[in-house]
Amino acid sequence: MATPDLVQPAQELANTKSKRMSSREREQLRWGLFFISPWLIGFLVFTLIPVVATLILAFTDYNPVQPDMVQLIGLKNFSTMLTDAKVWKSLGVTVKYALLAIPVTFGFGLMLASLVNSKSLKLSEGFRTLFYMPAMIPIVAAGVIWAGVANTQTGWINLGLGAVGLPTPDWLNSTTWIYPLLVLIGLWGTGNLMLTLMAGMQGVPSEIYEAAVIDGANGWQRFVNITIPMISPVIFYNLTLMLIGAFKYFDLAYVLKNGTGGPQDATLFYALNFYKNSFEYNLMGYGSALAWVLFLIVLGLTAVLFATSGRWVYYAGGDGN
Amino acid sequence: MIMTTQAIPKRSYHQRELLNKVLVTSIALFLLLIFLAPLGYMFTTAIKSDAQMSDPQAPVIWPHSKATFEYNGESYELFNVPIDGNVQELAMVKKTRTQSEFLDPDNPEAGTILWEGNWRTLDPVYVRDPQWQNFKKAWDDLNFPRLFLNTLIIAGFGTLGAVGSSVFVAYGFARFNFRGKNVLFMILIATIILPVQATLIPTFIFFSRIGWTNTLLPLIVPHYFANAYNVFLMRQYFMQIPRAMDEAAMIDGAGRLRTFWSVILPQSIPALTAVSLFHFFFAWNDFFSPLVYLASKPELWPLSVGLQRFNALYGRQPNLIQAGALITLVLPVLIFFFAQRIFMQGIVFTGVDK
Repeated sequence: MATPDLVQPAQELANTKSKRMSSREREQLRWGLFFISPWLIGFLVFTLIPVVATLILAFTDYNPVQPDMVQLIGLKNFSTMLTDAKVWKSLGVTVKYALLAIPVTFGFGLMLASLVNSKSLKLSEGFRTLFYMPAMIPIVAAGVIWAGVANTQTGWINLGLGAVGLPTPDWLNSTTWIYPLLVLIGLWGTGNLMLTLMAGMQGVPSEIYEAAVIDGANGWQRFVNITIPMISPVIFYNLTLMLIGAFKYFDLAYVLKNGTGGPQDATLFYALNFYKNSFEYNLMGYGSALAWVLFLIVLGLTAVLFATSGRWVYYAGGDGN
Repeated sequence: MIMTTQAIPKRSYHQRELLNKVLVTSIALFLLLIFLAPLGYMFTTAIKSDAQMSDPQAPVIWPHSKATFEYNGESYELFNVPIDGNVQELAMVKKTRTQSEFLDPDNPEAGTILWEGNWRTLDPVYVRDPQWQNFKKAWDDLNFPRLFLNTLIIAGFGTLGAVGSSVFVAYGFARFNFRGKNVLFMILIATIILPVQATLIPTFIFFSRIGWTNTLLPLIVPHYFANAYNVFLMRQYFMQIPRAMDEAAMIDGAGRLRTFWSVILPQSIPALTAVSLFHFFFAWNDFFSPLVYLASKPELWPLSVGLQRFNALYGRQPNLIQAGALITLVLPVLIFFFAQRIFMQGIVFTGVDK
């Protein structure tokens, strides 16, 4: 979307030419800063200073039980991480989940978006609302409901699977089946993805489809060669958030297994391992090191995504914002 | 029957259209039913009795109890008893492994009927028996009113701060030009990817030093300093309001604040509503922050933490757990249904424009 912002670089260039600000510029600066001051203060107090403080704490053995005994221990926390089996396990769990969840969620989201966007669907607004609705269910309640649904005795998943003669795994206690279960629960939150993909699809000019029909492209070809590239900015945005989300994944893992990380550390996600170290074992120095590594991973992933985005993300306006 | 292609009457455009509609809508309906089936599980489980939960013979889906027959002040269980090839519903008076005595509920005066065989092989008679009082029990056991009040305080005051600060900041970014503004805006947007863990420990230490841990303040106060999603949404909205409106107000002698208050804000009600809803749902949902700041203060827990602990403690009573889940999700889901248009527009607004 073209915004007035795009005009501003020229204006800023003009500003740098004359060193003294005009009274109008001063007025703009004064009021601008005045209005954004809540965020500026908040950013300083709740973001910038804490991020720096986390880095400093990462070089200490800070323990909230004995805060006065804190000592600088150099890179020890980071070297401990390298040999900490739980850290590697949690990274493995997180990556495994992300590799499974992201494609499934995107596939499901694209399917839902195409479905509710289809001209052949009656009452599409009602469907849209109802497919979105589970995203509004508080995550703890969703976890509790699905823990019941996945129950081996009375849960409906296994009743259904058993009825058609399929194997009935113990979802919650199997180191293999817990992941599909988590992905399945995550699908309840597909609403946002569905809506944004759908809005993206509605933004594709219909002439392109008409031209493709004349060229003899079938439905699937149009979807792959027109829809997907045209909505690639939306896909990119959601992909970035989901990838980061995997490293912040905590709530459901905690609710389903009461924060134990079980079975056999299969739900010991990176963020859960961070929480246990920092707030259960009170190893806040070590927790800070874990947090900073998490921050670097997220930063790195985002950088990689942005760096490669030029190759596959198509911005119709060509402005690439 | 085999037909040649020529024999198939070519369907008219309208017929094909109709067929498509029926097909696509049926697929959507089928998918929706599966998608929402866990809610059916939740509801039917919530109204089951404790006895049914632990009875492997009981019907699986609907809430049922074993039927009983009252006679002379005594209560007898009903069983399906096969006698002479007919299955009769009889009340068991006396049971042993080889023979049992039954009463016919329709004719108890006739005395007992003797049946040979192990009573354990008999199927009990079940009747539909929803346990509505489970909701009351879950309500009390969860201490729902307190959890609800805590959640409402956190969500209410948080929403006030999140909306108030975000409109302010968004107006600053939308209407004023100053050096460094674009860089600041980029930084604001970049905070979206910042994991909460990267700031959590120092913030926690800070809050505990000033005595705020085990109070609701850490869950409310930080939201009074605007956040990226809300500012982005409001800014997009403000930029659609013509600048001429501000200028007209200022020519009439209104100051900056007055223009903001009486010209811009009244026009932004849809965006304000969307942002309020976002924060309200966020706060209702938030599990991590209350877990960190209120772990040892049960009387301040919001619903999220309360329900998780309830789930951990009441593992043997899944019916009460599901009843608890139901009462926690009713309000957000109802609000969503009432405000869904504004809400979903807001999602599209923030999600697509980036």
